[in-house]
Amino acid sequence: MRPLAAARRWLFRLGRDERLPIVLGQRRIFIVPTGAGFLFAIALAVMLIGAINYNLSLGHALVFLLAGLGLVAMVHTFHNLFGLRLTPGRAEATFAGDLARFPLHLENARGSSRRALEFSFTGQPSLTVDAPARARVTVAVPYATERRGRLDPGRVTLVTRYPLGLFRAWSYPHPIWSCLVYPRPLRTPLPTASSGTPIDHRRGESGQEDFAGLRPRQASDPTRHIAWKAVARRSDEQELLVKQFAGGASDELWLDWSQTAVDLGTEYRLSVLAGWVLTADEQQLRYGLRLPAQRIAPAQGTAHRTRCLQALALHGET
Amino acid sequence: MGKRSRARPPALEHGAVPWLLAGALATAAPHAGHLPPWLSLLAAGALLWRSWLWQRRRRLPPRWALGLLAIGSVAGIAWQFHSVFGRDAGVAMLVLLMALKPLEMHARRDALVIVMLGFFLLLTHYFYSQSIATGVWLLATMTLLTGTLIRLHGGTQPVATIAREAARLLLQALPFLLILYLLFPRVSGPLWGLPQDAHGALSGLSTQMSPGSISNLIQSGAVAFRSRFVDELPEKTELYWRGPVFDAYDGTTWRVSAQQSPRPAPVIEARGVTYTYTTILEAHNQRWLLALDLPTRLPPDASLAPTLEAVASVPVRVRSRFTFASSPDYRANRGEVPATLAEALRLPARINPRSRALAQQWQSLPPERIVEAALAMFREDDFHYTLQPPLLGRDAVDQFLFETRRGFCEHYASAFVFLMRAAGVPARVVAGYQGGEVNPVDGYLIVRQSDAHAWAEVWLAGVGWVRIDPTAAVAPSRIEQGIVAALPASEPLPAIVRLDADWLRDLRNRWEAANNGWNIWVLGYNPQRQRELLSRLGLQDPDWQSMTTSLAVLCSLLLLSVTLWTLRERRHPDPAQLAWGKYCGQLARRGICRAEWEGPLDFADRVAQARPALAALTSEAAGHYAELRYGRGGEGHLRLLRDCVRRLSRERRNEV
Repeated sequence: MRPLAAARRWLFRLGRDERLPIVLGQRRIFIVPTGAGFLFAIALAVMLIGAINYNLSLGHALVFLLAGLGLVAMVHTFHNLFGLRLTPGRAEATFAGDLARFPLHLENARGSSRRALEFSFTGQPSLTVDAPARARVTVAVPYATERRGRLDPGRVTLVTRYPLGLFRAWSYPHPIWSCLVYPRPLRTPLPTASSGTPIDHRRGESGQEDFAGLRPRQASDPTRHIAWKAVARRSDEQELLVKQFAGGASDELWLDWSQTAVDLGTEYRLSVLAGWVLTADEQQLRYGLRLPAQRIAPAQGTAHRTRCLQALALHGET
Repeated sequence: MGKRSRARPPALEHGAVPWLLAGALATAAPHAGHLPPWLSLLAAGALLWRSWLWQRRRRLPPRWALGLLAIGSVAGIAWQFHSVFGRDAGVAMLVLLMALKPLEMHARRDALVIVMLGFFLLLTHYFYSQSIATGVWLLATMTLLTGTLIRLHGGTQPVATIAREAARLLLQALPFLLILYLLFPRVSGPLWGLPQDAHGALSGLSTQMSPGSISNLIQSGAVAFRSRFVDELPEKTELYWRGPVFDAYDGTTWRVSAQQSPRPAPVIEARGVTYTYTTILEAHNQRWLLALDLPTRLPPDASLAPTLEAVASVPVRVRSRFTFASSPDYRANRGEVPATLAEALRLPARINPRSRALAQQWQSLPPERIVEAALAMFREDDFHYTLQPPLLGRDAVDQFLFETRRGFCEHYASAFVFLMRAAGVPARVVAGYQGGEVNPVDGYLIVRQSDAHAWAEVWLAGVGWVRIDPTAAVAPSRIEQGIVAALPASEPLPAIVRLDADWLRDLRNRWEAANNGWNIWVLGYNPQRQRELLSRLGLQDPDWQSMTTSLAVLCSLLLLSVTLWTLRERRHPDPAQLAWGKYCGQLARRGICRAEWEGPLDFADRVAQARPALAALTSEAAGHYAELRYGRGGEGHLRLLRDCVRRLSRERRNEV
């Protein structure tokens, strides 16, 4: 099996594409007849026998024209891929169970369009696009993620059967590509805050209305909580004040690995944590994340959320 | 390829359905002429139903309903043709399949089946017609079917784009057609026994002649054969093309006698000029070759029958070419065998008593005088030449000679031979064609079914068989000028024969010359012709190996050139850059070279210092170019830039 695999590697030029853009030359495009192509060939043979048997001169002409058409179609199918330039783009992180989309910028420098280019990762759904003449298009090659972690989608299979469907030309571009897959979030109620009182969702949301007093601002406080009026009144002081709301919103919420159920397995626990991160972020809480090997200090905002989800995604990976 | 996920088969797009329906219609419709009407109606109904379902976006009918419909229709075909095999029944089955398959078309695979069926149906058209029009229809339908495949695999595109793409593919495929057509080793078919109905609708003379059989044939303007003479043409009155010879008579019908004993080969002594000519004979499914009376040299696969007509070894089932030499002045079979002479005297007993009585009065005369007496009767009595003679009863010859006196060549030949036999002169009826018309466009003499004729032949001791044409005695213009001149305008002759206007006649001649060329070079391209052509092209003694080799080499070369042509990099340089390059090139010839890195405005500054005379023009050109390249310059700037290039070259001319 090993020499076979090596032969396959050599024949199909498998391996990552270090140089960009990836240009599809004749050494990278492969072509074989499709099932329809074989059916076509058999039909031609039968028709030729019929034409000979009944001595049909126009029948000969028809068969020969079709044979020529088949050959020309082969060239055009090849031509549909030949010279196409591909540049990979950055794939956005996604949650496990969602589709990751790997953007691939296609550059068609030619004066004619390339049609029905079908992109897919091995065993994944495919996406078909057309590349108009002298234009760039971007195709987001889908990958149905299943596991969290760093996803290497492998090589792309680029297939075309255009124009007649008698031949299938394909190529295996393999850009250096990866995409971070966050754990599939599991929405469960947030854990108790560090003060010990469990946070109720609705109270937490309405908590911003219940003004409870002022306190000095910390770096991670959102600016819209700053009590500008109070600051303006006490212009002698350097410190900014923030409004404090009832409901414990200002309390630092720790999303702790140890708070999740021990007996449910690592992936499940990571999912629960991811769900908490999302909930806490939606409620604009200040939250920190505590993992066995990592600790992220409480903070707020998109960057913080991303940092937490990344930590969850890469948990256990070096 | 490895593990490829085999997902659902690609579904059929809604927009592709009209293409498929049009393809089905284009390939099936030409068959309507020879299918039973109920099947044509059924097929049209099925296609209409499918179009309606498509337009309303309705679901297709369930499989069981289609199955019932298919079984019923197949039963109908089997009942109509007494078989589901054979040529016509097979075509009917294909048309049925083509009409019903669109109703059971869900995936792209079903659509591919329809396209393949379309190719098959195209082939079956040629059972019935291989004319130029059919050839043109072939190209049109092929474009449609190719467009359908493009639509199926390429998604939505404007119809014009698809049509152009399909035409481009076919255009590139045409050279392959040419090479394969010329070089593919031809096999003369058939490869196996053809079904009974393979040679159905062929018209021509038959092995028997009864009253009306030739006047029926004359209604057809179809071409029977074409001949080209190497040198000059014989006289019109010598153009007797010999077909079957009838020597058995039963009172109504003349037949080719069944030959009981082998008869010696005929002896022909040619006495005058010999004409050499080539005949392209249309298929008529009979063995006679319609050589000019009488042939002295025959093509290799033909022979001379004891009754002096040239016959092929097998019935002529495809249009074929034969080369003959004939001499109109001859002595034939002076020593005829007694059996043949006895056959030429035999008459059925107890019919036509009045004719027999008349003939017996002549018995004492020498044979030449008997012939003369009979011809004089036709010439001098009130006989009429007409396509629409009255029907004759049991004593047909009596009725014709003494009562109706109106008849066509078959009546005159038949009555004349009857009189001769009754008077003791060996005689027989010869059928064939008389005359023909030269097409000035290609010089071929065209002989049509309307030139069909019947005449008589008598055997005179010491002279042999002599042709006597009693029709010539009644209507000399039939022989001298042709059928149109001999018949009044009210007689039902085909329009194509009776063309009065010169331009119409000219048009017909051109059309028929084109058809003749098509017949010779396209339809008549057989193994023999292929060998001839290839020898002329320098392929000495071509056999199938050398043909296959050159075929493979030429096809590979052609494929290579198509590939190179298609894959060549097409550079489309920016027109602004092109014009600016021209401008800088002209300056370079005057000694100011723009450096590769130099921008247009910097360069203009430098030019202004080096050649103040060119400062204004260069600065203008550089401004336009900069606007085009880096600003928002449009067509106007491009025009002005090109104008600068022109002005610079003009200025240069002025300098010189």
